[in-house]
Amino acid sequence: MTAHRLVVEGLHASAGGREVLFGIDLEIKSGEVHVIMGPNGSGKSTLAHALMGRPGTTVTAGSIQMDGVELAGRPAWERARAGLFLALQNPVEVPGVGLRALLSAALDGEGSATIDERLAVEADAVGLDRSLLARPLNVDLSGGEKKRTEMVQLGVLHRAVCILDEVDSGLDVDALGHVARRLQEATSEWEVGILAITHFHRFLVELEADVVHVMVGGRIVATGDADLALQLERTGYAGYGVAAETG
Amino acid sequence: MPALEGPTRVPRFRTHRTARRTRIRKRFTLHTFNAEASAALGGPRWLRERRAVGLAAQASAALPSESEEVWRYTPIDDLKLEEFAPVTTPPGPLRGAGRAFHESVVSTLGSLSGQVLVHNGYPESFVVSAPDAFSFGGTADVDGGSTMVGGVQRGGDALVLLNDAFAPDAVLIDVPAGVEVPAPILVVHWCEGDAAGAGAGEAGVAVFPRTCLRLGAGACAAVVEVYAGPVSGPRSLVVPVTELSAGEGASLAYVSLQVLNGAAWSIARLAARGAEDAVVRTFTVGLGGDYERVRADVSVEGRGARSEILSTYVGNGTQVHDIRTLQDHVAPRTNSVLLCQGAVAGTSRSVYSGLIRVHRGAVRSNARQTNHNLVLDEGAHADSVPNLDILENDVKCSHASTVGPIDEDQRYYIESRGVTPDRAEGLIVQGFFDDIIDRGPIAAVTPLLKREVGARLDTIFGNRRAALEADHA
Repeated sequence: MTAHRLVVEGLHASAGGREVLFGIDLEIKSGEVHVIMGPNGSGKSTLAHALMGRPGTTVTAGSIQMDGVELAGRPAWERARAGLFLALQNPVEVPGVGLRALLSAALDGEGSATIDERLAVEADAVGLDRSLLARPLNVDLSGGEKKRTEMVQLGVLHRAVCILDEVDSGLDVDALGHVARRLQEATSEWEVGILAITHFHRFLVELEADVVHVMVGGRIVATGDADLALQLERTGYAGYGVAAETG
Repeated sequence: MPALEGPTRVPRFRTHRTARRTRIRKRFTLHTFNAEASAALGGPRWLRERRAVGLAAQASAALPSESEEVWRYTPIDDLKLEEFAPVTTPPGPLRGAGRAFHESVVSTLGSLSGQVLVHNGYPESFVVSAPDAFSFGGTADVDGGSTMVGGVQRGGDALVLLNDAFAPDAVLIDVPAGVEVPAPILVVHWCEGDAAGAGAGEAGVAVFPRTCLRLGAGACAAVVEVYAGPVSGPRSLVVPVTELSAGEGASLAYVSLQVLNGAAWSIARLAARGAEDAVVRTFTVGLGGDYERVRADVSVEGRGARSEILSTYVGNGTQVHDIRTLQDHVAPRTNSVLLCQGAVAGTSRSVYSGLIRVHRGAVRSNARQTNHNLVLDEGAHADSVPNLDILENDVKCSHASTVGPIDEDQRYYIESRGVTPDRAEGLIVQGFFDDIIDRGPIAAVTPLLKREVGARLDTIFGNRRAALEADHA
């Protein structure tokens, strides 16, 4: 297994013309689980989209390097091929487009002969009804089914780093457990590096965090181990609010 | 200021209209669509009489004009009827490309309960797998044809009346009560400008296909009509009229596919009606032609009748696609669902105009109308015009329409998986069409529709790739 490294340095970004991120530093290595927690509006989702390259979210300063290759300014599809995967908070419905066609295009035909097999295996791994694999992307799927489908895609694509935007939103306890356990397995299966944006600690019962970052006002204001998440669960972000306003 | 604009605008508009009317009258003194030509067409006596009536009515009908709401946004004023002539002698058996096309469609559809090849409006041999179950033939073969032709489409505009006057024959499908026709019935119309029997001299050929399907109570049948012609050729005018009638509790499925060449004008009329508890499902697919129009009027006339009207188009080059629908609710507790979605590329245009009409007494009616138009290039344009005419209170009606480029969120989602931008666009557009094609009422025709739509999308995206490469070179 080749080791990969995503290094984010001094990342500033704007979304919709408004500055949202003010210097983010992160380093995610293969097999590591990083978690970003923070109050609403702290810029967590903007960070996810700035990393993936959503049009309209612009990197204004700093760098995003995957194994030493600069990704800032590159289109989303190139970042994906460099090794990034973003599991969206609300995966978009795309009528008429199936998972199979999507993944076969994403892999550029490589290994497309075994896609059906891999899809079935991945569906079983996250408790997704196999019959839903034939549905058009996210059409008429529940929140849990959509998130499970994102994990199925990750499992087939085997990208080096998976970013999860608000991974727990819209998930029931079962789905949350499935998604978290699948990610945990993936950290050893192909040593995926994970950057999970979440509001709640409960996700971390199943997915063991190596590093927890607290994000407030577009900055990372604290970094620690899994205990930091527990502490936030008890105290909330009140202690960091002041730092955001003065800093 | 609006108060000042009003009075100056109105007279100008009126002047314009008067001028147009004068021109129309002149057209009708013309020679090609005349009594001799109509009388030269054979068939049973009732049909010949019907033609004479149609011709007389047509002579006093004004030609369609862009100043009428129902023809707004169309290039219909460019239609010069005097440049076309009807086909008045049988063109003889079809060979070459036409026959090969017919055979390829037959093999794509698989099992069929009946099929016929119609050459410039003249049916060749009717093939039927279960001859006793239902009637399938021309006006000379099927009893009761006189009550089928004009049974649903009564009267009409000048073009429908031209079909009345110049259709050389009709394809008649009469399914008795209780009969379920197991496989689809296929009607292939081959329309070509340079066939024997086509209009003399410089005139382009005008073809008037006519098809009537009648289902008795509880009957069930599916009909596929395909309009095609040579890949290229002289200008042609194709004016099909199709009439569909579903008796009490009958289930009717209909798909039409128009793949005429880029020199053709196709102006089609589809008239359908459903009696009590009948289900009428139609799907019109317009891909070819320079200007192509489908007007589908579907009337749910009996209590509890349901209709589903689907329509799609792909526009490229300078094509104009024009789709008009009427969801006509006559009886109580009737349902209609309409979905029209298509795409325009290049400098092509599309028009969708749909009316939901709920008559007095049609209580508890439920009507839905949805129109999505993808605009793939800056030079392309789509108009969407929903209309409601509701004369009853206790009804549910809704409409939704979108006009615009490919959704940015969809594009980002697909590209974020590692799909290149042109591939992503291709996937989304292909999916947009697969979505409506998969809802079609006749599954057997789905592969054919996907093949034909896919070929046009390949052209659009192939052209785009070529243009990109030229830019980089």
